[in-house]
Amino acid sequence: MAEATTKPASFQEIILRLQAYWAAQGCAVMQPYDMEVGAGTFHPATTLRSLGSNPWAAAYVQPSRRPTDGRYGENPNRLQHYYQYQVLIKPSPPQMQELYLGSLRAIGIDFSLHDIRFVEDDWESPTLGAWGLGWEVWCDGMEVSQFTYFQQVGGHDCKPVSGELTYGLERLAMYILGCDHVMDMPYNDPQSPIALTYGDVFRQTEQEYSRWNFDVADTDTLLQHFKDAEAECTRILDQPHDDPKTGRRIVMAHPAYDQAIKASHLFNLLDARGVISVTERQAYIGRVRALSKACADAFVQTEAGGWTHAENTPA
Amino acid sequence: MTARPPAPNAPPFQLRKKAIDMPDLLIELFSEEIPARMQTRAAADLRKLVTDGLVEAGLTYASAGSFSTPRRLALTIEDLTPASAATREERKGPRTDAPEKALEGFLRSTGLTADQLEKRDMGKKGEVFFAVIEKPGRPAAEIIAEVLTHAIRNFPWPKSMRWGDGALKWVRPLHRILCILSDEAGTEIVPLDVDGITSGDMTEGHRFMAPDAFSVTSFEDYSAKLKRAHVVLDAQERADHIWADATSAAFAQGLEVVEDKGLLAEVAGLVEWPVVLMGDIDETFLDLPPEVLQTSMKEHQKFFSVRNPKADKARGGRIEKFVTVANVETPDNGATILAGNQKVLFARLSDAKFFWENDLRIAKAETEPRMKPWLDALENVTFHNKLGSQKERIERIAALARELAPVVGADPDLAEQAARVAKADLSSEMVYEFPELQGLMGRYYAEAAGLPPEVAAAAEEHYSPLGPSDDVPTAPVSVAVALADKIDTLTGFWAIDEKPTGSKDPFALRRAGLGKIRATFENDLAISLIRLLMKDINGAAFLYARARGASLKTKNEDGTTTVTEYATAYALADEFPESFGRDKTRIEDLYETGSEDLVYKHDLDKPFPNKSEAITEISEDLLSFIHDRLKTFLKDKGVPHDVIDACLAMPGNDDLTLLVKRAEALSETLKTEDGANLIQGYKRANNILTAEEKKDGVFYELDPKVKLAETDEERALFAALDAAEAKITPAMEAEDFASAMTAMAALRAPIDAFFEAVKINAEVEIVRRNRLCLLNRIRTICGGVADLTKLDG
Repeated sequence: MAEATTKPASFQEIILRLQAYWAAQGCAVMQPYDMEVGAGTFHPATTLRSLGSNPWAAAYVQPSRRPTDGRYGENPNRLQHYYQYQVLIKPSPPQMQELYLGSLRAIGIDFSLHDIRFVEDDWESPTLGAWGLGWEVWCDGMEVSQFTYFQQVGGHDCKPVSGELTYGLERLAMYILGCDHVMDMPYNDPQSPIALTYGDVFRQTEQEYSRWNFDVADTDTLLQHFKDAEAECTRILDQPHDDPKTGRRIVMAHPAYDQAIKASHLFNLLDARGVISVTERQAYIGRVRALSKACADAFVQTEAGGWTHAENTPA
Repeated sequence: MTARPPAPNAPPFQLRKKAIDMPDLLIELFSEEIPARMQTRAAADLRKLVTDGLVEAGLTYASAGSFSTPRRLALTIEDLTPASAATREERKGPRTDAPEKALEGFLRSTGLTADQLEKRDMGKKGEVFFAVIEKPGRPAAEIIAEVLTHAIRNFPWPKSMRWGDGALKWVRPLHRILCILSDEAGTEIVPLDVDGITSGDMTEGHRFMAPDAFSVTSFEDYSAKLKRAHVVLDAQERADHIWADATSAAFAQGLEVVEDKGLLAEVAGLVEWPVVLMGDIDETFLDLPPEVLQTSMKEHQKFFSVRNPKADKARGGRIEKFVTVANVETPDNGATILAGNQKVLFARLSDAKFFWENDLRIAKAETEPRMKPWLDALENVTFHNKLGSQKERIERIAALARELAPVVGADPDLAEQAARVAKADLSSEMVYEFPELQGLMGRYYAEAAGLPPEVAAAAEEHYSPLGPSDDVPTAPVSVAVALADKIDTLTGFWAIDEKPTGSKDPFALRRAGLGKIRATFENDLAISLIRLLMKDINGAAFLYARARGASLKTKNEDGTTTVTEYATAYALADEFPESFGRDKTRIEDLYETGSEDLVYKHDLDKPFPNKSEAITEISEDLLSFIHDRLKTFLKDKGVPHDVIDACLAMPGNDDLTLLVKRAEALSETLKTEDGANLIQGYKRANNILTAEEKKDGVFYELDPKVKLAETDEERALFAALDAAEAKITPAMEAEDFASAMTAMAALRAPIDAFFEAVKINAEVEIVRRNRLCLLNRIRTICGGVADLTKLDG
């Protein structure tokens, strides 16, 4: 194995190194999706692009929100808003594990000193109607990434199979930088003229959102938004594939999927407000899954999803 | 604590003298990390699939061994025959002048064409077709390639996956197939190709310590080179090494490792090169319950717990350290790895401590009742969507526990209180995080709440027994709650028609049935099951009506019909008391009395059973289920099937304790010579009597008269029956089956002597009838003990 690189000095340096590493491996470095999501997997660059036969390679940071994990910025590890780093390569290359290990080396993990382990972890997303097999990757007993070979997304078999990597950036960075509390972690280089910690950037917002998520968010409004997003998603997908105005075939998989993402996040907010009983929970998850599946069905009817004129035009 | 590599030792197979011309086969399937829990089984499956395939194809071998590590399955087969023998098979077909159809069928079954058949003159039988099927011997390599390809494609992984753009399924991506045959002449690769993966003689060492590929020539060479490349091939060797290092590290500090075989096997499946490291648990966590420490460390981090037996002797020692197993040797002797693991542990245990402290605050709060927030929260915890919330269930269990209390010798108030708090911990944060700690945490929290010790104990013990070898609770309050819990589970699921079928038992109802039997019987409780079930079934009967679609059919004035489903009316009654509320009351009234207007939702012409019919159905069904469980239970205890049937046929079979006692006594009696022979005598008496009764069309049930007896043997039998009855009747009243059956067995000699000396069908009719009535006394007296006609033999 090649020599490990120097240690990064800050949270942002770890992100920058991952970006540079995956760019060098040929991934399209994308930007975060501009909507509230619970995990990087929801980005259409993962969910939708894992469908169909077209090759794909993308890497990006995704801000993620889990309202129930809010702790007013006090818990050393838990945040309601955090970052995931996400990589998706389709078809998964034979050396996917080596590529992944290379990224750990790039952010300063020395394999001669640390214990890296691939521990069974099957991934399943009930709201996406998706599952895959893989591992959680441990570094010295700590989970630093999830590594999944997608088998099914939105109810469709993945052919070819995508390899997906998800890094929990805060946790990984805290370990590399040796921080015990996330808020104490250097955000930029501590030698900078204006050195900022993670707390300087996010402590206040964690407090604000924790209060809103748990006690203030208006549940009636959220419920109404949920219903609206659900209805809009269905309405979009009910439109004919051929656009009457341009005369072109335009299947609106992405706009519909935005509404599915919205519904999913609204469900998370409602869950955090504690207004969803255990039995209702299943029903809500089922409703979101129905939307995800419908969007997946639509996406495979688009060119990005592998649809071609030749195959589908009657002779 | 420093890392120590496994001691170099002999390969698992002893070096031996090679049989001439009998090659050895080595197979290795090298993949990405295989889940630890699947490895052992997969190694055994590989061995079975390949050896079975080889033998079926006509090869033999001397021995076979299989191995697994996180990244490989390996199989070694010694002294394989180099080729399968040629075979020649002759099959006789139809006559040459037989119809065309017969010939076609013969050709189909042999796979030959007509010109390949031989015609032979069979003399009188005419000319007959013969097929000669010759199969040449095949070289081992050809067979191996076929068998291994088939094994890979059909491997029974519990879960498998595709990767890249391939179609092959394996547990995780498969990278290499090593397949070589070696003998004194050298080593050859067995050529095969599975979806683009071609076989070779190469493998790889430890992922980080020796990642380069290398070639091997034999199993000895393979396992020796692997060890040099930091891979211990044998899982047992890895486990032994881990356990030896862990225990000696603990021993050196006067400590002991808490044994956990499941964890040891799992950890041995997570490493190719085990390095044992021991670390400290921060002082602030040492006050957590030991079970919490142990569960958190095991579940989250696969750590072994290390106990100081001299500290906190009341709890059997205090857990002070942990052992983790790394997969790599490092220049700092694992210091970085240990520090990292300790840090993760700190975060995990901080969570556990946070849960524990939050939970204790609720447990100790002066609410009325105690732990009220948890009990209230159970309202929102669905037990099953047709059986309502945990809170509703607790109401039922509490009422039942109170009912049971006097029977099991418990205080009714305590039993009810225990039932009400027994499930409180399901709302606690700790149980949410570690569901396996349910019950145990209940006990800790009930103690913290200052509840009586019997109540705290019941919180833990009422789940028992979970398995057939678990202890059953014996404390009366725990028994009351445990029985109430199990009865409610059974009646509830029966009411909604979720009975176990075949191998499917998703709610573990068979276990509940068996647990109930054991809790009843091992505590020597005389509980009439039906009576108890009825109490609970009254509630279950309404569940039955809701779950199975009871609906009210109302004729409207305009001739149309309105149908209201009970479940709907029930759900909406509070919200719409004027419409649905009224319907609900009306449906419930009609259900009590029975009515043609009450029908099935899906079949409006089919009348719905009334409540007492529903209760009868549920309880009879449930009783026969419990009896089935009882048969299993007793069979495991060595009581034969027919003995159980003989006892089940008696009245009072709804009292499990009585049933078990009767069956065991009968079983013991049948083991004695007198007992076994008595049954023969009894059956003879019964057969003669039944036949004569049928012939004469009367029952010989009058008291026989001793004065009509003609022989000494007859008179002796009269006396013996009087004596036996005098003993049996009071014994049966006292449920002392053993004495009753001993007295019954004593009848063997007089009955045998009677049959020996006396002819039943005497010529004088009055004497004959008297003798038949005497046989009837045998039948009555013995038949009161058990239904002996049900016995075999």
